[in-house]
Amino acid sequence: MTVWDWGYTAEIMPDLLDGLIVTLRATAVGITIALILGLFLAVARRSRSRLVAWPALGFIEFVRSTPLLVQLFFMFYVLPDLSIPALPNFDVTLPAFGEIKVDDDGIRLGAFATGALTLGMHYGAYTAEVYRAGIDGIQRGQWEASTAISLSPFDTWSRVVLPQAIPTVVPALGNYLISMFKEVPLLATITVLEVLGEARSHCNREFRSLEPYTMTGMIFLVISIPSSLLVRFVERRIGYARA
Amino acid sequence: MFDSQVIESLLDGARVTIQLTFLAGLLGTALSVLSGLGSLSAWRVVRGVSRGYVEFFRGTSEIVQLFWFFFALPLLAPALPDFIPERIVRLTPLEAGVVVLGLNTGAYGSEVVRGAIQAVGQGQREAAVALSLTPFQRMRHVIFPQAVLTMLPPYGNLLIQLLKGTALVSLITLSDLTFEAQKLRVNGTADAPTVYSAILVMYFIMALAITAVVRLLERYFSRGLAIGRGM
Amino acid sequence: MATHEPETPMVRFRAVRKAFGDLVVLDGLDFDVSRAEKLVIIGPSGSGKTTILRVLMTLERPDKGTVEVDGEHLYHVEKRGKLVKATGNHIRKVRLKIGMVFQHFNLFPHMTARQNVALGPNKVLGLSRQEANDKAEEFLVMVGLADKATQHPAQLSGGQKQRVAIARALAMEPEVMLFDEVTSALDPELVGEVLNVLRDLARNTRMTMLIVTHEVGFARDIGDRVVMFDEGRVIEEGPPGEILANPKEARTQDFLRAVIERA
Repeated sequence: MTVWDWGYTAEIMPDLLDGLIVTLRATAVGITIALILGLFLAVARRSRSRLVAWPALGFIEFVRSTPLLVQLFFMFYVLPDLSIPALPNFDVTLPAFGEIKVDDDGIRLGAFATGALTLGMHYGAYTAEVYRAGIDGIQRGQWEASTAISLSPFDTWSRVVLPQAIPTVVPALGNYLISMFKEVPLLATITVLEVLGEARSHCNREFRSLEPYTMTGMIFLVISIPSSLLVRFVERRIGYARA
Repeated sequence: MFDSQVIESLLDGARVTIQLTFLAGLLGTALSVLSGLGSLSAWRVVRGVSRGYVEFFRGTSEIVQLFWFFFALPLLAPALPDFIPERIVRLTPLEAGVVVLGLNTGAYGSEVVRGAIQAVGQGQREAAVALSLTPFQRMRHVIFPQAVLTMLPPYGNLLIQLLKGTALVSLITLSDLTFEAQKLRVNGTADAPTVYSAILVMYFIMALAITAVVRLLERYFSRGLAIGRGM
Repeated sequence: MATHEPETPMVRFRAVRKAFGDLVVLDGLDFDVSRAEKLVIIGPSGSGKTTILRVLMTLERPDKGTVEVDGEHLYHVEKRGKLVKATGNHIRKVRLKIGMVFQHFNLFPHMTARQNVALGPNKVLGLSRQEANDKAEEFLVMVGLADKATQHPAQLSGGQKQRVAIARALAMEPEVMLFDEVTSALDPELVGEVLNVLRDLARNTRMTMLIVTHEVGFARDIGDRVVMFDEGRVIEEGPPGEILANPKEARTQDFLRAVIERA
């Protein structure tokens, strides 16, 4: 038996690529949730009300400091038995996300949905910090100047602060997007058939693990490296524009 | 709910997690310094090796690497030349964990080290040249000590990243904290919410400990320096 | 050109050219400094006067030309009658004879004053820890800062920092000392203490000193020769009494007028 079987490699590639599509979908859904959740968390953290700010801070610190894998297990095994009496029962199917079913026993999401939601939650804690750094980076003088010309809070945010804060945070967010993409394989542990899941299932069936895992690694390399070069390129372009 | 068996198992797992974090942290730190210094070397080959190392590990998925080192690497044994013992490719779960986590931490840490060294003012280097210190002496006595202070906060984050990464070894049968929790859930000794919440809190406490240690180191290395020093 | 003694000059630049990108700062410069000479260099910024010091200190490498220190080539070695590029080790060996004090002090912030001064003697001159520390104390006494030996730079005033920097350079016992606008970054009331140290050195040692400065009064006081630099070349030179009181060249006159107005 040869060490590397190209024929076998060709056999499994279609399945691996199918898995890759699932991986990309999970990344897309995950980053969407993370970007939105992060914004809410960042704003909450800056709130003057301690009742809002402290839980937000606590959530951010706790989620950032604990393993995504454990959070995944938690969501996967705990949600189905998490019955919240106050929550009305409903059943809805979202595009890309899947079915969300809330009944008397608990919250039922498909494995994909659970995984994507957990990714979004985990990375939401990171993006919250990125937003915060971006907003804090805006010099005091900008806020003061806006007050001096009597800009409304809404306009201050939308016309002065955010347009300056967002370009600085885009590279950091880009890097987190790439990190998330590389962590999607963890979803294989909660039965999601993304690329690592496909590789594993082939290993279990055919007992050849060299080709599946090597090719999976290659797939990530091939996507991640150009992506990070792109992020670095964007970073430099933004740097010139602001200089 | 929290009977002694649960607590004992979890503490056993925590011990393995801490051991793994420590060993991988050691390896990662050594690699960070070597690769960080290498990226600034005058020799193009050394710079290239460092860059290749960093790009490779930043571009691949940690869990995939782990699976590869543990499941796939042994299969290369038949292709090894005779003078290399097969043991090298048959890693125990602990070894695979230390190697993969160490290599990853080293790759990200390399950039932290490099950035910190570059942040030390040019004037410092010039003053060291004026004293006729060799390049090695310049780095050892003047540049690196000043870079360390800048390195510490981001490096602390990397160590927490490392801690979180140790949970992955539960998937390659190492009895770390996550593995023990899984075991307890699967054989019914504890229920999911309890055991997962418990280990989440335990990881959080360990992360806080790392942050505290890094803060202490920061204080030690800034003795004598004013905040916002401009020398 | 000033009159030379027949012995070899301490510093000799021959046809030195240095460009930064398109900007040519030194263009075929010939320049000599005699042994034990106290040379003051004045001129506007961008004139190349700092570049001369930096080339001598090997912080910049000349594109063309040769630099000799005490009769020995700095950047070249003679091999079979021809000049070839020198190795790093050779450069370091020759450079050992030169010390430099910077405008922005560049003290090592993570070390005490004594450690700053003792580092060179210990690591480069090979003195033991104890010997290096003793030497450091000696030089700190010389600059009047014996009581600050255990302080860090952050705790010192600008003038004190610069004096420590001078002690640090002197501890290497160089034969040539370079001073690059060493008082320009100091508050006016601190300038005096530094100039006093320089004056001591000028009057009481046989060290060759190259001093780039705006302090015209000081130049008059201790300089053997004053050189006016502009656009990478010597515009005018001579004893301080002549140059500073009766500059012949228009550019020198303009420069001196501007400096005195500023003061």
